[in-house]
Amino acid sequence: MGESDKTVFNFNKMKNKFIKAVVVLILGSSLITSCKPKNSGDVVSGDAAQKVYVAPGKYDEFYNFVSGGFSGQMSVYGLPSGRMLKVVPIFSVDPESGWGFSEETKPMLNTSEGFIPWDDQHHLELSQTNGEVDGRWIFANANNTPRIARVDLKRFKTAEIIELPNSAGNHSSPFITENTEYVVAGTRFGIPSDYEDGDVPINTYKQNFKAHISFIKVDKESGKMDLSFQLRLPGVNFDLSHAGKGKSHGWFFFTCYNSEQANTLLEVNASQNDKDFIMAVNWKKAEEYIKAGKGKIEKTKYAHNTWNDETHTGTSVIKDEVLVLDAMAMKDICYLMPCPKSPHGCDVDPTGEYIVGSGKLAALIPVFSFDKMTKAIAKKDYEGNYEGIPVLKYKSVLYGEVQKPGLGPLHTEFDGKGNAYTTFFVSSEVVKWDIKTLKVLDRVPTYYSVGHLCIPGGDSKKPFGKYLIAYNKITKDRYLPTGPELTQSAQLYDISGDKMKLLLDFPTIGEPHYAQAAPADLIRNNGQLKFYDIKKNNHPRVAKGEKETKVVREGNKVHVYMTMIRSHFSPDNIEGIKVGDDVYFHITNLEQDWDVPHGFSIRRAQTAELLIMPGETATLNWKPTKVGMVPFYCTDFCSALHQEMSGYIRVSPAGSNVPISYSLGTNLPASSTK
Amino acid sequence: MKISNLTALSKVMLLVAGLLFIGSLFVPMWRIELEAPQYPEGLVLQLHANKIGGDVDIINGLNHYIGMATLHSENFLEFTILPYIFGVFAIISLVLIFINNRKAVLVFFTFFVLFVILAGIDFYRWNYEYGHNLDPNAAIKVPGMAYQPPLIGYKQLLNFGAYSIPDIGGWMLTGAGVLLFLVILKEFKFKKSI
Repeated sequence: MGESDKTVFNFNKMKNKFIKAVVVLILGSSLITSCKPKNSGDVVSGDAAQKVYVAPGKYDEFYNFVSGGFSGQMSVYGLPSGRMLKVVPIFSVDPESGWGFSEETKPMLNTSEGFIPWDDQHHLELSQTNGEVDGRWIFANANNTPRIARVDLKRFKTAEIIELPNSAGNHSSPFITENTEYVVAGTRFGIPSDYEDGDVPINTYKQNFKAHISFIKVDKESGKMDLSFQLRLPGVNFDLSHAGKGKSHGWFFFTCYNSEQANTLLEVNASQNDKDFIMAVNWKKAEEYIKAGKGKIEKTKYAHNTWNDETHTGTSVIKDEVLVLDAMAMKDICYLMPCPKSPHGCDVDPTGEYIVGSGKLAALIPVFSFDKMTKAIAKKDYEGNYEGIPVLKYKSVLYGEVQKPGLGPLHTEFDGKGNAYTTFFVSSEVVKWDIKTLKVLDRVPTYYSVGHLCIPGGDSKKPFGKYLIAYNKITKDRYLPTGPELTQSAQLYDISGDKMKLLLDFPTIGEPHYAQAAPADLIRNNGQLKFYDIKKNNHPRVAKGEKETKVVREGNKVHVYMTMIRSHFSPDNIEGIKVGDDVYFHITNLEQDWDVPHGFSIRRAQTAELLIMPGETATLNWKPTKVGMVPFYCTDFCSALHQEMSGYIRVSPAGSNVPISYSLGTNLPASSTK
Repeated sequence: MKISNLTALSKVMLLVAGLLFIGSLFVPMWRIELEAPQYPEGLVLQLHANKIGGDVDIINGLNHYIGMATLHSENFLEFTILPYIFGVFAIISLVLIFINNRKAVLVFFTFFVLFVILAGIDFYRWNYEYGHNLDPNAAIKVPGMAYQPPLIGYKQLLNFGAYSIPDIGGWMLTGAGVLLFLVILKEFKFKKSI
């Protein structure tokens, strides 16, 4: 009581002063707020809505392929609308489509350590011919369990996944050479290689840890991948990479950090050196050494999984050796260019002359010159060597530095008009600068903390310009809140004019990292598949018509050869299944029409549903555990009589003598089926 | 020159008519186009001289809802006969050049017109048959509804709009008929007045 009286008294005494103080505060803060940068509401210009509006039934101008980050998948958007078109399952199981659950797709997620249902998908790269996007395939990396996938863009389906031995944290991948000769993948973590003893103390990093960069050959016609060779390198962290193009075709550039080779508290211990490196790899030279037999076959294990469109089945082959070329022993394959402050992005301009390194902690952007680099190499203008690899002098290879561009540069893309666009994580902005003059031309804020960016064709010889998409790491208040986990997002900018203009925010799945975009017509007219030709279906257990459907018992295995067509399954009444059986439903969608998939779900199935495209066969394994009646039905609304598309399976106790029987549209006499 | 002899132009027209008859054997004669909200790309049934083409399987699949019998080329005798008829028409057109007699052309033209009428009746009969002979157990039953496609022109059948129109072969036959008619017109009307 007394306490509060005192307070009131004190307050009254100070009232005059207090009011004055409040007035000062209000005035002061209004002054400060009026000086604050304008918020996004003001950033969007008046005609933004018109520029992103794609009328119902009209098509977008570009496809945008966006990495799904920790979802493990790839998402596809239309630009400029930002409408999501598809999520393509790659490295994570997808119960919606049955990817990783059907017997046919399980081998696609096989690795040297068995089936792995998840990964972290960071970077994508569209296939190229003569340095230009050709719309045939897109390559995707798995960061956690090192793998590279090839997605077929006629089907928007994962066609191939290859595991990478001697690798951990497959981050600087999957970047390609200008004719898709190779997909290249560098390891982020130094580790003892698979062919050496890995059971060593962690603090022996400097002696025992090495890094390997993989060169995966891509077949020109089929796209089929083959791990051609690996380069053995010092145990630094390879972060990102890009191939040379045009004049620098034949070279590959990788950023690396942790040249300190720290194995603990990297945020401090790997940030000690003022400069780490961009490593230039003369891969044509490496090819020569491989041809000359300088490579060494090393024992390892990795999975190579391929999808066959005619058997509708994936096959996993475990390979047990890899060709390794010791780049530290061959003195003229790799060269190191000093690059400030733990560089991240490594981007080559459309002419192939300029290599942009982005030091995560730097306040400038170094631009290296390919011509100066080749001259420096010819003159052996070295400042030393790093574990046997020549280190070129910074000044000898530097074209120039972009001064005061922003804080924390990460990635750069190009518009083909002589401009570069760099993202800044710390200062949360995209900065446009002139490659020749190194002058900053424009900057726009991002909401918030942009990571990667993408310009259609922006890392190829022929960028299409027009749009820039920023992929942000933080969204906070940008969308309606959804609890502690907020949506991920992308932002679309118009870069057709001198100034960048924010047009649109759109949410994305997972955490978006690198992305690719291509003109819609390039993909749309590449021979898009509408459905699978059932005449070409060579699945070993296909039923090409209802007459071929059957149920066959082989011991405790039961194979159901089933078909689906609007709007019934054949057979739809199955008896003679017993608890403890191992039942395989081999289901063929008999439809030969556009956009008529059927789904298949069984009550209490331990796996997922199957979504089966017209002309395709897929298999679901089911182990009944309870006696009783089990309905199954079609999950994809296929016709007016979709709800009728269903059936029953009678499950009898183990050891029951109910014989296998199956039917469609007929019933046996009641007396015979007790 | 006898008045019944054909002019060179008429002979050329007969030659062209003969070629049109032959040509019509290799292209579809008639088409029934179907459009529905679910089929923005459209479906088409193409009647050749010897078979049914186009999206037959898809249309058969859809027709099971209304209980319409499925279409199979082998169920129509017409597809066996028609190629011979057009072949004979072609031969006659060419032979007429050598017969060189306007009355013979008139007889053939009359015969051709009769054929067209009969073919029209036959087409109508099949349309009627398929449109009315419906499976009583069909899933979709609309009282009083028949699904007979139009002989020619447009008709709405539930969610499908059906256009029945000649295809290339049909136009070629029409061309052949018109040429025969022109020969007759030229040989009978204009020659007399000279």
